[in-house]
Amino acid sequence: MVLVPLADASSRANHTGLWRTLKPVIDYSSCIRCEICWKFCPDNAINLEDGGSASSPNQKVASFSIPVIDYNYCKGCGICANECPEKCIEMEFEEE
Amino acid sequence: MMPTSIPQQELMEPGHTACQGCGATLAMRYALKALGKKTVVSVPASCWAVIPGAMPNRTLDIPMVYTPFAATGASISGLREALDIRGDSDYNVVGFAGDGGTADIGLQSLSGAMERGHNVFYIMYDNEGYMNTGVQRSGSTPYGAETTTTPVGLERNFKKQQKKIVADIMMAQGVPYVATATIAYPEDLIRKVQNARKITGPKFIQILAPCPTGWYYPPEKTIEVSRMAVQSRMFLLYEYSEGKFRLTKPSRPVTVKEYVQSQKRFSHMDENEIRILQEEVDRRWGELLEKESH
Repeated sequence: MVLVPLADASSRANHTGLWRTLKPVIDYSSCIRCEICWKFCPDNAINLEDGGSASSPNQKVASFSIPVIDYNYCKGCGICANECPEKCIEMEFEEE
Repeated sequence: MMPTSIPQQELMEPGHTACQGCGATLAMRYALKALGKKTVVSVPASCWAVIPGAMPNRTLDIPMVYTPFAATGASISGLREALDIRGDSDYNVVGFAGDGGTADIGLQSLSGAMERGHNVFYIMYDNEGYMNTGVQRSGSTPYGAETTTTPVGLERNFKKQQKKIVADIMMAQGVPYVATATIAYPEDLIRKVQNARKITGPKFIQILAPCPTGWYYPPEKTIEVSRMAVQSRMFLLYEYSEGKFRLTKPSRPVTVKEYVQSQKRFSHMDENEIRILQEEVDRRWGELLEKESH
């Protein structure tokens, strides 16, 4: 039920990834799947997905979901790289 | 499998137009995770009025009402009463305003809504200034901060007054649930919103949301600065519920000097000015410790 009029154009059409100058890249072989990057992303640009068991650093975390960065929306603020406890997110210069 | 206790449901969509490293978007994201889909948000002029983007874009998957700057309290009162008449009492009605719209312009409306006792949430995201319009000073800006209306220059016109803490005013007014939270501790923030949901009546939550644009620090430091605000006791986390007051004691304290050095808005401060700020922080810490022991 709609309570008040609601615009129906989602901001998903707005690809804010174009703002980025630095690009975060996750090294899955040392990522411990703690989800801290997902937790602190102000742009909801990190999704949790299944199927990262092959690159898992150890058996304990093999069944956990992996964080996958959606570069359509990532503005490159660098919070994920700064907060990562394993320091396995590298900020790389964006190439044209 | 989830290593965190944070609900996975996302009611805020990507593609919004907030600055890089924005703290206010995280405040909304966490609050909505705790509130769920049956929520109506009322937003006055603030950063959150522009974050969803230009018409017809939206970034929230729930109804969002734009309201005049001074009218958030009145808006949520009306929404609540109208929803109750329609039989939609299970909806959460939330006013989501910045510190300018709460501490300065919307204070009368907020106070009135809280006094009338409507069953509403009022969430104040505190970025310590009018950041949306170009970093002007607000009542919630801390002592010593440089803003565009308190430029330092040769006459050292930085903000000379101490921060006005709206959560303290709400406690003094006898609001049934008052809490402060910050984005560096999302589990604590979400738990506080969930605790507030159990209470019927007005609820007030103040969330410190650091602003890289207005505090002049690099965007990747947002969480770090938010954490340091708590560790340095510049921003104290507490929960006041049904007459019981509980203060969170930061585990790894840092000095006000370390906090001040993390942001360029304080970069002009000398030892004496930092001491004035430290003394105020210590005085308030002592005051709240005493309040907790009663």
